[in-house]
Amino acid sequence: MLTVKNISKRYKMGEEYVIALNQVSLSIRKSEMVAIVGASGSGKSTLMHILGCLDHPDSGQYFLEGKEISKMNKDALAKIRNNKIGFVFQSFNLLPRMSALENVELPLLYAGHPAAKGEAAAALEKVNLGSRLYHEPSQLSGGQQQRVTIARALVTNPSIILADEPTGNLDTKSNEEILKIFQKLNQDGRTVIIVTHDAEIAGKCQRQIKIRDGRIIEEI
Amino acid sequence: MLFWTLLKVSIKSLWANKMRSFLATLGIIIGVGAVIAMLALGEGAKKQITQKVASLGSNLMVLRPGQKGSQGVRSESYENLTLENAEAILHEVPGILQLSPVVRASAQIKFLNQNNLTPVTGAAITYFPIRNFTLQSGRKFTEIETRQNARVAVIGSQTANDLFQGKNPLEKMVKVNGLNFKIIGQLEIRGDQGWYNPDNQIIIPYTTAMNQLFGLKHLGGIDLQIKEGVNSSMVKEKITKVMRRQHRIPPDMPPDFTIQSQAEVMRTLNSISLVLTMLLGGIASISLLVGGIGIMNIMLVTVTERTREIGIRKALGAKNSDILRQFLFESIILSLIGGGVGIVSGFMSCHLITVFSSLSTLVRPLYVLVAFSFSAAVGIFFGFYPAFRAARQNPIDALRYE
Repeated sequence: MLTVKNISKRYKMGEEYVIALNQVSLSIRKSEMVAIVGASGSGKSTLMHILGCLDHPDSGQYFLEGKEISKMNKDALAKIRNNKIGFVFQSFNLLPRMSALENVELPLLYAGHPAAKGEAAAALEKVNLGSRLYHEPSQLSGGQQQRVTIARALVTNPSIILADEPTGNLDTKSNEEILKIFQKLNQDGRTVIIVTHDAEIAGKCQRQIKIRDGRIIEEI
Repeated sequence: MLFWTLLKVSIKSLWANKMRSFLATLGIIIGVGAVIAMLALGEGAKKQITQKVASLGSNLMVLRPGQKGSQGVRSESYENLTLENAEAILHEVPGILQLSPVVRASAQIKFLNQNNLTPVTGAAITYFPIRNFTLQSGRKFTEIETRQNARVAVIGSQTANDLFQGKNPLEKMVKVNGLNFKIIGQLEIRGDQGWYNPDNQIIIPYTTAMNQLFGLKHLGGIDLQIKEGVNSSMVKEKITKVMRRQHRIPPDMPPDFTIQSQAEVMRTLNSISLVLTMLLGGIASISLLVGGIGIMNIMLVTVTERTREIGIRKALGAKNSDILRQFLFESIILSLIGGGVGIVSGFMSCHLITVFSSLSTLVRPLYVLVAFSFSAAVGIFFGFYPAFRAARQNPIDALRYE
């Protein structure tokens, strides 16, 4: 399903280079629920950005469903982000001044989907936000906002859900709700990859990949 | 992304920053308004000049004696135009509708205790239609009166006012350089033309003027009206030929007369006012350019401010071209709205100009179209760079931007 081979990434910080990922190789099968765990600065977010086609590795190869991502052009990557991958961000990244419905519609609009509104409403219905379609993000609680984000990630029916610290900004009750949704998505056959430093959430996943200083140090 | 969706997204984000959007369009509004008002001013001036020239008579051509002196130093005119010349032209040149010999001089005109130095025009009766003079009251002098050197005069309205102080001048006797003349008609008010005032003169038969009043042997000029649709430069050429023969001028010598046609004067004036219009429009379009730079400035700020939004959109699958189009749309919408409001403000300033000044304005649909499409072009041109900057951002850098 998803394989990376020897990928490295470094950033320039002032005069010095900081190595974020160092020769990381990894393979994730279809319908797995995987947690990528590590302290901040360990390189786990960089890994997620590369898996999500938001960033390029400096070296190494990345295959998604058999196709080599590292050789694709920008438009092809945009298309993959659009219909193969659903993102759930820690800070939600919802567009302000747009209703929940409009936010969820966005990926469908970029895909040129004809009946975007109905699909978006159905996706919000799935995360129990059918009664909040026309609320703007600022009118929703943190947990609700995160559910809008999940609906937005689901709406194009992607095979992979990538979540970056999805529970980082939420209270315990919302946490559990969100986690349940992820488990449900996984049972429906989607690959779920969660980046977290929360051991409890990581423990709910089938597989844990621990990262430190840009290398995979342990797999459970 | 679909066109309508894109339009909606753009309008929404413009509406979210109403004040800033308004300030960005203000430059375009002023620019387009100024271009339209300036072009309308130039066009209005042109129309005014054209009307004035046309009111002097239609298809008019004027033959005058040449001037002595050379190299720019002009002294008195040749005295060489005769009635025979006028006869020859009338009989030999086709395309002439009518013709009038003209003599001009000033004379002391006296009525009771009113005494003025007034221009006197001696002419044939054809002079009235040639010069577009109509009578307010009374009558013109006749062919017979002309032949008999009759002392009759048609008076200009201002002269009449000066001499008779509002009383009816008809059938009154005035003294012109001591000779008694009867006022038989009064001209309609024409208005001062700037270089001469047709309302301040008396018109008498040329025979009377030449033989009795001034004792002249030569004409001051010959006024002609050519037939409708006849080529004026051809007539001019033929008159030149006749006059050169009559005055026995060898082919290698310059003529001792000049012929000026109204069409030529009109062309010259038109080209002057065209230059004026272009100059005014050119200056105004600089403000449109400045307005465009204002839009670019605002758009660059917008792009920087919305870097994170761009990142989110890219993460959700927006292509570079989607982002480019979104921001380009915003600047085009801004400049089109600016263009639309600018047209309205242009019309309004034209109205104010005509109400509060003596200048006249004329808005041509073409100029409105030009100003509007120019504003759209400004939107595309100055919107492209900010949109391009937005589109080429790396998704992850944009998403991380704080």
